[in-house]
Amino acid sequence: MNTPDVPRDGGPERVAPPPGAYRIVGGGVLRGNNHLVEARDVRKSFGQTLALRGATVAAAQGEILAIMGPSGSGKSTLLHCLAGIFRPDSGEVWFERTRLDVRSEAERTRLRRTAFGFVFQFGQLVPELTVADNVALPLLLNRADRKSAYAAAATWLDRLGLSGKGKRRTGELSGGEAQRVAVARALALQPKVIFADEPTGSLDTLTGEKVMDLLTGLAREQGSTVVLITHDARVAAYADRVVMVRDGIVSADLGAAASPAKAIPL
Amino acid sequence: MPLTLLGLLEREPSHGYDLKRDYDAYFGRGKQLPFGQVYATLGRLARDGKVTAGDAEPGEGPDRKRYAITKVGRAEVDSWLAEPVEPEPHLQTVLFAKVTLALMLGKPAESYLTAQRAAHMRRMQELTRLKRAGGLVDVLLADHGLFHLEADLRWIDTTSARLTELRTLVNREDSSR
Repeated sequence: MNTPDVPRDGGPERVAPPPGAYRIVGGGVLRGNNHLVEARDVRKSFGQTLALRGATVAAAQGEILAIMGPSGSGKSTLLHCLAGIFRPDSGEVWFERTRLDVRSEAERTRLRRTAFGFVFQFGQLVPELTVADNVALPLLLNRADRKSAYAAAATWLDRLGLSGKGKRRTGELSGGEAQRVAVARALALQPKVIFADEPTGSLDTLTGEKVMDLLTGLAREQGSTVVLITHDARVAAYADRVVMVRDGIVSADLGAAASPAKAIPL
Repeated sequence: MPLTLLGLLEREPSHGYDLKRDYDAYFGRGKQLPFGQVYATLGRLARDGKVTAGDAEPGEGPDRKRYAITKVGRAEVDSWLAEPVEPEPHLQTVLFAKVTLALMLGKPAESYLTAQRAAHMRRMQELTRLKRAGGLVDVLLADHGLFHLEADLRWIDTTSARLTELRTLVNREDSSR
């Protein structure tokens, strides 16, 4: 991103575009401007491989957005750009009406630690620590005092059905339990956005459903936005809105389910 | 079946015999369409102004009329192709017919598949909501619907990835008729 009037590391650009200014930009559609997080015409390459070639997508406050697509479509790269982990080669990433992609590495790291929660396919828990340590860790990194961090960890473990497992090492957990610990760790911060990359990819159907029930139910309860990457339509069906990524662009917005729903047919 | 026959007629005016042959080849899947059903359907389509029947031509066979699609018939095929099928399980037959015909007629098969994908996804979202709010019986019924819709979606995705191949096949077979 080398736009001359935007300082690369000189702090976020504070001026958001006027309401209704959004339109089709690159591959995708922006529908309004109540977005909490969005990517606009984002391109990203790794060497000779063009992973994103103008992807545009946005999620509103409290919305659960699923990004679907086949392997290699660029959906995970898009999530990493939205979360400020990758910096796009061009295009813009916005969070809370400020530019995220122009912030320094240190600022983006701080944001990820304070405002974002993450759930990945294999949990990515710290194996040397106990379950409670893992959940308390992001709170401690945010300078919560030890007592309140562990109290919050215990509460979240309880809400995720993991009471009594706080002292276990993560290696002693089943896949479903480990993933629920990862969800507890993401939610404990009460983040504004939870980024979930194939959160049920390593789980069987029923365990995956339980994780999705908890992740989406609790995120809704506390008003967190969820950006969910999945190739599984049954997982995407937990979202309020589903978009498709293909060949590095957002190729279709599959819309939101009408409410109320029709009865279940036999 | 009537709309599939109508769609086949959009390629060019045809005799009932040719329509039956093409229907059996593309859509019959081992179950041949009876001649009587073909002519009865063509009769109804003519009555409704969707096709016109030419004068009987000399030759053998039950009916030597050549049928042509009308403007009304074309409009009906267009709106049928563009309208997503009700997202219920077991729709492959209809969806397959739509995709194949769209490719034969040079219409946007990919956008029809995208519309269908969206309709399926919305139904899956509805069923997931019902499942979360309902009791075990609702959960089991919703699961049944979700798994079938998921299978359809996978078929839609795979077909979407194979459209170029399918277009080549359909056009090659069509031009060698």
